Amino acid sequence: MRRLWIGLTYAVFLLLIVIPLFKIASGALQDGVGGLVEALTRPEAIHALMMTGIIVVIVTVINTVFGVMLSIYLVRAPWLHPRIKGLLNSIVDLPYAVSPVIGGLMIVLLVGPDTVIGAMLEGAGVKIVYALPGMVIATLFVTFPLMVREVMPVLQEIGSQQEEAATMLGSYSWYTFWKVTWPSIRWGVIYGVVLTVARTLGEFGAVLVVSGNIMNLTQTATTLVYQDVENFNVLAASGVALVLAAFSVGLLLLMEWAKKRREVH
Amino acid sequence: MHIEVKGLSKSFGDFQAVQDVSFGIQKGHLIGLLGPSGGGKTSILRMLAGLETPSSGDIIFHGQRVNDLPPQERGIGFVFQNYALFKHMTVFENVAFGLKVKKLPKDGIKERVQSLIELTGLKGFEHRYPAQLSGGQRQRVAFARALAPEPQLLLLDEPFAAIDAKIRSELRTWLKEMIERVGITSIFVTHDQEEAIEVADEIMIISKGRLEQKGTPWDIYKNPQTQFVAEFIGESTTVANISSLTGFEEAAAWSGTKGLIRPEYIEIGKPGEITLASAAMRGLVRHIHFRGSEWMVELEIGDIRLITYRSLEKEVLKPGDPVDILIHRAYLFNDSNSWIMENKLKVDPMPVII
Amino acid sequence: MNIRLRNSWWSFGFRSAILLYFFLLVILPIFGIYVQSFSLGWSAFGDSITDPLAWKAVLLTVRIAVITALINVVLGTIIGWVLVRYKFPGRRLLNSLVDLPFALPTAVGGLMILLLLGPNSWAGQTAAKFGLEIVFHEPAIVIAMLFVTFPFVIRGVQPLLEEMEASEEEAAYTMGASRSRTFFQVILPTMLPGIISGGMLAFSRALAEFGAVVLVAGNIPGRTLVASVYIFGQIESDETQAAAAVSVLLLTLSFLILWGINIVQGRRKRT
Repeated sequence: MRRLWIGLTYAVFLLLIVIPLFKIASGALQDGVGGLVEALTRPEAIHALMMTGIIVVIVTVINTVFGVMLSIYLVRAPWLHPRIKGLLNSIVDLPYAVSPVIGGLMIVLLVGPDTVIGAMLEGAGVKIVYALPGMVIATLFVTFPLMVREVMPVLQEIGSQQEEAATMLGSYSWYTFWKVTWPSIRWGVIYGVVLTVARTLGEFGAVLVVSGNIMNLTQTATTLVYQDVENFNVLAASGVALVLAAFSVGLLLLMEWAKKRREVH
Repeated sequence: MHIEVKGLSKSFGDFQAVQDVSFGIQKGHLIGLLGPSGGGKTSILRMLAGLETPSSGDIIFHGQRVNDLPPQERGIGFVFQNYALFKHMTVFENVAFGLKVKKLPKDGIKERVQSLIELTGLKGFEHRYPAQLSGGQRQRVAFARALAPEPQLLLLDEPFAAIDAKIRSELRTWLKEMIERVGITSIFVTHDQEEAIEVADEIMIISKGRLEQKGTPWDIYKNPQTQFVAEFIGESTTVANISSLTGFEEAAAWSGTKGLIRPEYIEIGKPGEITLASAAMRGLVRHIHFRGSEWMVELEIGDIRLITYRSLEKEVLKPGDPVDILIHRAYLFNDSNSWIMENKLKVDPMPVII
Repeated sequence: MNIRLRNSWWSFGFRSAILLYFFLLVILPIFGIYVQSFSLGWSAFGDSITDPLAWKAVLLTVRIAVITALINVVLGTIIGWVLVRYKFPGRRLLNSLVDLPFALPTAVGGLMILLLLGPNSWAGQTAAKFGLEIVFHEPAIVIAMLFVTFPFVIRGVQPLLEEMEASEEEAAYTMGASRSRTFFQVILPTMLPGIISGGMLAFSRALAEFGAVVLVAGNIPGRTLVASVYIFGQIESDETQAAAAVSVLLLTLSFLILWGINIVQGRRKRT
């Protein structure tokens, strides 16, 4: 019985995860390393990877700062009524339930070129949809719950007594945050950052809708993979996908490490 | 620091945690806030500290109203219930925190921390983390940390709650000595009356958000001013028909009056053993329990049950034995009043009348 | 006093900024899409969702999401159980691999399935010999959704099994319960909240999935076109109101599921 279950587990993992992963690698290296290099050094591939990199950096920074602050408010703030806190707390999860495509659509509907706000901004020379800002906003929307959901439980668990102790010793909020709160939530935040990076790296649906997928302009790594597949250029697609997959595996290792550190502290 | 509190109230939503509490505390005194859990003691302490804003009322330090002063500027040391030590900092860093906040020079910090660590007997533990300390050591660190910035008032929230019963009494004595040596005005919260009586110069009894009584432990024990205080302090049995007991017949004059009798108010002996026999009455031993240093005796007089203690040196009673019971005094109360009544027959013994 | 005044202005500004960000980024867009879908009135909304292609896409999505969730419930429960209860070589590695579908871009996941089962692959050709078509047909959609939702049930079940004390099981044995009885009456009820919320999460994720599916489904309207791809198509052809209408349908369904998960988890916390 035991053997059967373990065997089944191995089989599922092999079929669903390990073999596909190898397939990507072998697909990318179908024409040898040269083919892979060629696929990756296409100008559109370099540009797409760079776009993804830029979005990852911007989104991670913004999501971390706002996510941590919002978590602190949702757990601690005495100026928010508990019922409002509860309401906001459940709203935090909503982006989980929203299909990325719909997330992208929301932004197009709100600030797209056909809307009042969009037209106004465009008049002022700021382009949001079909440009970087829209892609960043779409990704921020999708990644929003990740940081909050990592940090809030840690804050709840450590309680507010250490912070109050610091207050009684004369420390004001910033000093208290950096010296007392931050060391306790650090690993939770790092875990949240890793999750945010992974999700941003892989975000596809929302970005596809908002960006318009314009080559060498708003194309990201994932939307390039999509376009390559649509153009039946599976080899090139596999090359970019392999880079993304390698990053994901790296992030997964980082996640495991952060999880372990978080448990220790 | 001289402290005065006037009409202090605090409500959380519909719940009245503290209701119209007023008191004054003299400089240098050690005060115990005593009462059942959830009675508002901690809320009072947190309002003094500035961690909670009063719904109404004034808090006055040195004649100056401090309601609007943030906790950072009140000059108060606070020892939290679970000590709230910074768990990522060593003992030294914990104690030094308040001094670093004040931006004191490094040498000064080092000197002050060292002297506090020596004072609290933590020498050799400076570089340990809180997780590597015992409960008692943690409490000492919390105490040293609170004292480091030289506060004028020390607040302690259930300082012994998280400590093993065995070393608790040792730490109590230690803390009392320490506070006396430092000479700082201190207030501590506890739900343990033994602890309050042993440690505090003065006790304030808090129940359901109200201040029931304030006074020295002896005062409160001897002259409880409310029914709650009488029942809360010490052991006692409440007797509904108190006027049926010998010596308390006069209580019948106030209808609805009940009596509260402490074990130590009762003297028992084998028939004939009690000298003031006329003030005593006959009862039965229902049960005896060995309590380590004495016997606890359950008595039965008609349908009234009482409890008292009996020395191990005296003859051992058996359940069912008849005994003479002399009740020295009782604490009487009704809806509007409460007072202590001595056994009338004992004060004015019958032989004189005959 | 001045410093404190400045401080309070700062913190007021800070609080407002954070809450405003929250409002603008999350609440406003969701609100906006509901408004937009009814912008041309109820009848336009009705027309949009009664378009045969639209409701066929939604039905197909729901049907496949249910199948995916059910497979996940069975496989996830077994794997979660194996990873917690059995010690065997490679257990830690497998345990880390569980999260891979979360870490991997969904488009990469879709491409992997395409490479593995596509018409040019060994598996695809073998299947074709038996008259089975996988890619660009429903099975591929199921596999794609299965891949992306793989971790949910496992991660839902694991903590419950870890928390469960051996004494509960032992108590059942001492009372003479058989192994299977113990499993169904003691262990399974413990795992149930995790299985249910994991299954619901998998279902809602499958409903929303786009990246992996769009690459392998073939997207034949009325046959393999799932809701999210349908919405994408409508956006591409500038039919934003129709896209919004179907989105609202899907969103409402997802929100209800999220609410259900909250109730399941809330009940678990209370007991």
